[in-house]
Parts: sequence; structure tokens; C-alpha cells
Amino acid sequence: MTVQELPGATAYPAWKIRTDPAPLLPDPEPYRVLGTEAAAGLDRELLLRLYDALVHGRRFNTQATALTKQGRLAVYPSSTGQEASEVAAALVLEDRDWLFPSYRDTLAAVARGLDPVEALTLLRGDWHTGYDPRERRIAPLSTPLATQLPHAVGLAHAARLAGDDVVALAMVGDGGTSEGDFHEALNFAAVWRAPVVFLVQNNGFAISVPLAKQTAAPSLAHKAVGYGMPGRLVDGNDAAAMHQVLSEAVRRARTGGGPTLIEAVTYRMEAHTNADDATRYRADAEVEAWRAHDPVRLLERELTGRGLLDEERRGAATEAAESMAADLRGRMNAEPLLDPMDLFAQIYDAPTPQLREQSEQLRAELEAEAGR
Amino acid sequence: MAQALQRAMRDAMAEDPTVHVMGEDVGTLGGVFRVTDGLAREFGEDRCTDTPLAEAGILGAAVGMAMYGLRPVVEMQFDAFAYPAFEQLVSHVSRMRNRTRGALPMPIVVRVPYGGGIGGVEHHSDSSEAYYMATPGLHVVTPATVPDAYGLLREAIASDDPVIFLEPKRLYWSKAEWSPDAPAAVEPIGRAVVRRAGSSATLLTYGPSVPVCLEAAEAARDEGWDLEVVDLRSLVPFDDETVCASVRRTGRAVVVHESAGFGGPGGEIAARVTERCFHHLEAPVLRVAGFDIPYPPPMLERHHLPGVDRVLDAVARLQWEAQS
Repeated sequence: MTVQELPGATAYPAWKIRTDPAPLLPDPEPYRVLGTEAAAGLDRELLLRLYDALVHGRRFNTQATALTKQGRLAVYPSSTGQEASEVAAALVLEDRDWLFPSYRDTLAAVARGLDPVEALTLLRGDWHTGYDPRERRIAPLSTPLATQLPHAVGLAHAARLAGDDVVALAMVGDGGTSEGDFHEALNFAAVWRAPVVFLVQNNGFAISVPLAKQTAAPSLAHKAVGYGMPGRLVDGNDAAAMHQVLSEAVRRARTGGGPTLIEAVTYRMEAHTNADDATRYRADAEVEAWRAHDPVRLLERELTGRGLLDEERRGAATEAAESMAADLRGRMNAEPLLDPMDLFAQIYDAPTPQLREQSEQLRAELEAEAGR
Repeated sequence: MAQALQRAMRDAMAEDPTVHVMGEDVGTLGGVFRVTDGLAREFGEDRCTDTPLAEAGILGAAVGMAMYGLRPVVEMQFDAFAYPAFEQLVSHVSRMRNRTRGALPMPIVVRVPYGGGIGGVEHHSDSSEAYYMATPGLHVVTPATVPDAYGLLREAIASDDPVIFLEPKRLYWSKAEWSPDAPAAVEPIGRAVVRRAGSSATLLTYGPSVPVCLEAAEAARDEGWDLEVVDLRSLVPFDDETVCASVRRTGRAVVVHESAGFGGPGGEIAARVTERCFHHLEAPVLRVAGFDIPYPPPMLERHHLPGVDRVLDAVARLQWEAQS
């Protein structure tokens, strides 16, 4: 008698392999489109839209980095080099969908249409979230690693229960895949068949720790198989490939196919933040090698090679980006108006007696300060 | 009490389709304490959901569900099983409203069976209220009576803020005159209740220690003590008014709880009482708490838990002037 034949055994004994893992496995090489024959079939308008967003995104990154040097931002975790996956993540979503960014994904929020100043309030330090997440359908930028992933699952699950065809796209870095919440989120999503897309941006380092010290998995996309969802490995610097793979995953989620895990293989060109010294853990030669694979140049080369990008179009994209940067600089240079009494705003629906007492204390201190 | 809690969830679910119960074993099994018994049958598995065994995942998913407009009622199976969910609780649940300036309130109830006295093995008897109390943005409540279990849970589910709902598991089987059809009028979250009026000292307590204090108060009568027993019900927000009114009247106070005394709720409560009632006090505010030890094995727990005798010993020590 086998275990399967034991009395009381259900149709699916706990140990039986229930899904053929082969279709879930990622291809061994990251999926690429740009520079390949497949690129010929790409939609011209989409490519130009991605190009504009990339140029805009690159400029946003350099401007935000410059603002840290002027002391206007407390910190900025740059996504320079990762713009392709950042903007593709934003562009594949419909208005009703939700984006769950990590702290490095300010650009994804901006590419989704969020005002850059609103997107940067957390990093400037005047408030944690500078926008209404429900209105924008962008969850607050999450500083703790991977903890926003279960939120994406819960929201997608709730939307599905409500009969809404809403998709949640959750972003996390390579380091974040080691966290327990990453595991729990993927497991919940797969069991619930929640309409979620998990996008891992593998940029090589969790601050200073390289991927080899982070995981022994063949790839981060391979982790999907253990949860029973497809894993996709993509060249994260190839905007067209990112857009294709993300679109497919979003479509799959929207039509009841369940979650997908996507690993975008990319590289963080800048240090972790302005407080980090990247020269201590990686060689200049490595950084230089990635420059040849820059997402903006990759797409530019494709567009130019196919005669789709003329000087006028290029100029217009640059000009639009410059004007965004100038506007951002201008507005970030103005001192934000802060009301210290906001410290007590929205801790609870109604303040507790303890908080009322403390807010009165602060009010008295402020009045005394003003009278001095 | 378990039935009153279950009835509270059922009534809330019937009235409000956005109320969802979720956790490990809450569905088919009805919870290990049967508190959610029948809810999955009545409302379907989408409204009373057996989740994968993962506390951070359960609470994290609840956050996303609350973001989409649901009111999740999450069960953590045992007090110490809630610890994996701690990061979700302190980094997201408690501060989401504040982070988003009110755009994303978190109307989540986290039900945590807590405390000892049921012979549970390791990790089944912790009293974790001090951790929750130390996290701004949470309400922390705990019923001690059967009617209060019903009313307080209804209040918690109706609240737009996250509520840690601590269920004294050794009171699950306590019986009382209570008809679910006519629930007693219930005080809102944030209000303490005088369970026994008295004049010579106040016992400030909550949850599983309330019956202990009531019993101690009866026993103390023989020794000439007329003890007032205040059931705090809500640790956050804290009802300074009711507490101080009582202590000012009696002039003496003992805080009684199961959790460890050092860094525990009693220290906070004693300090608040001292700051507000100093001139009315005839003696220092004393604490009767669990020892500062990891929760002991079940065969020794009776030595750890504050019982009637330990409360009475403290009351005797309130004769401060006579001592000094």
C-alpha cells in the first residue's frame, strides 16, 4: 500500500507534485528585444513613448541626485541605470491599477504621473507621503524591505473579491528577496491566485552585499517555481523587453491567471545613496562595463538604427526633461511650509486624551517661542 | 466569552459586508479556541478565510485589504505567535494613517488570545501588551467580562483605527448572565469601568487579572479593607480620569497584571497615577505583576501568575505609614 492509498488520503496527497514545474521556470538567459530581430515587430509609438519616459527619468534621477548635494533632499536612492524597468513598470498599468514601490522607486511613481515634488517629500523630509495613495493608486514608498509586498497581495485580493479587474504591481530589490515578507507575499499571492505582479530589480547589490552573498538560487526568477507561479528573467535595461514581459504578466493577472515573478537584471550606476561609498565594494571597470549597456543608449541605438528618432524628436524629449528639472529645482529650492502641530494630526481618527494633552503642550511652547 | 466574541464577529459581518475574518484555522476548524466557529459556513470562505500559516503575511495582506476598503479582523492564534507580524504592525499598521495624512486609515482588528493559566506549553501564554502599548497609532483593549467581550469587539471592529484586541484566553470559558439578543450597554474604547466600588484602596487591573482582583477584594473584606476594582478595559487610550477619580477617593492603589513588571504596563500606570494624584496618595503605588522571566512551563505557572494572595500581600503593604 502506498501512502496515496492510505485510508483517508485526499485526492491530492500532500507530497504529490501537483504542477509541472517546467512552464514556471524562467529561461536561462534574460529576455531581450532591443538589438534582436524581434525588435522589428515593435510598435513605433510605444518605443517613442518609452524613449521619452527614459530621457525624462534619467533627468529626474540626475536632478534628484544634485538636490542631495545642495542639501535639498535628505537622501536620494538613485535609480540611474535602472530607468527602463522603473518606467516600464509605470507604463504597463491602467489607471485603476495600483503600484507598490520600494524606497528606490520614486521614478516609477513619477513615471506614473505623480508630481515629482509630491514624490520626493519623503526624501526631502517634510512628510512621509506627499500624496494621497488612494487617489494616485500608488502606495507609500516603503522603506522597510519587502513589507509592501503582502500589502499588494491583500489589495489585489480585495479588488478581486469586489469583482474589480485591478492589478497590483509590487517592486522590490534583490536584497529584499531575502526577507521573510517576500516569501510570505509570494506564497499568499500564489495560493489566492491574486492578481499581482512582483517585479524584482536585481541591480547587483544590497547596499554593498553582492548577489552571490544574497542568494544561492540559480536566479531570483527561479524562486517563483517554489510558489507555483511563473518566473521571468528579463534584461532590465531593455525598455522594450521590460514592457513586453510586464504587460504579459499584468494581462495574465487581470484575466485571472494569478501572479508572476519577474526578475529584471540591471545595475545601479550610482551608490546606494549619497551616504554610501560604492568604491569600497565594486570596481570602476565593472561600472564602466555597464555603461555600454545603458538603458537610454540601448533604446536610442535601436530607434536611430531604424530611423525612428530624428534630431527634432530627440530635442523635444531633452527639452521636456530639462523643463521638468528646472521646475523641480525651483520648487525644491523653496522652503516647505511646515506646521509643527501637524505632528499630532492623524495619529488616530480622534486624538486620545494623552495626545490632546501633548498637543496643547506643543502649542504653548510654540506660542512662547513666537512671543519671545 | 468565546461565544460572545464569536457573536460579535457574526453580527458585525452580517451588518457590514466589508468585515472579513482571516487567520490560520479560522475557517473549517473555527479557530483553535472555536471563537470563529461557524463564520465560514455562514459567510463563505471569502469572508472567513483560512490563510497560509504566516503571521506577517496575514497582517500584511490585511493592510492591503484595508487599503482597498475592507475591515479585516485578523486572528493571531496565540500571543507569542504574533511576533512574526510585529514588523507589519509597528512599521505599517500603526502608522499608515499618519504617514498618509489620513488617506489610508487602517480599520484592522488584531485578535490576540493572550495570557496564561490554561496549562499551555512554551510560547502559548505570553502577555505582550507592553509591546503594543509602546507603539503609537494602535488602540490596545482587553475585555474581562462576557458582555464586555461582545461590546468591546463590536467597538473594535467599528473603529477606523487599528485595534489590538487582547483576549484573556483563560476567560474564554467563563460563563455569565448574558443574552446575545440584549447585549448590555457597553462603554466605548478608552473608558475604564469600576467593577466593584470600595473606599480603602484601588486595584487597577485588566483582562485575566480582573476576576483575581474581584476575588481578592472579597477576601480583603475580612481584614477590614474595602477595595475598589477598576477594570481598565483600554490600555490605549488610557482613562486617566476614571483611574484618578478612584485613586483620589481611596488614596491608595495597586496595579495588577500578568505580564512582566519591569518595563511593563504597571510602571506606566503607576507613574501616571503618581504624577496626577501625588497629594492624594497615602502610599506609593504598588505593582503586582508576573515575574521578570520568560513565561514558565505550565507546571510552574501558578507560582508566576499574580494570584489572590499576592494581591492581598500588596494591599497589606499599602499601610505605608504604619510601616515607615
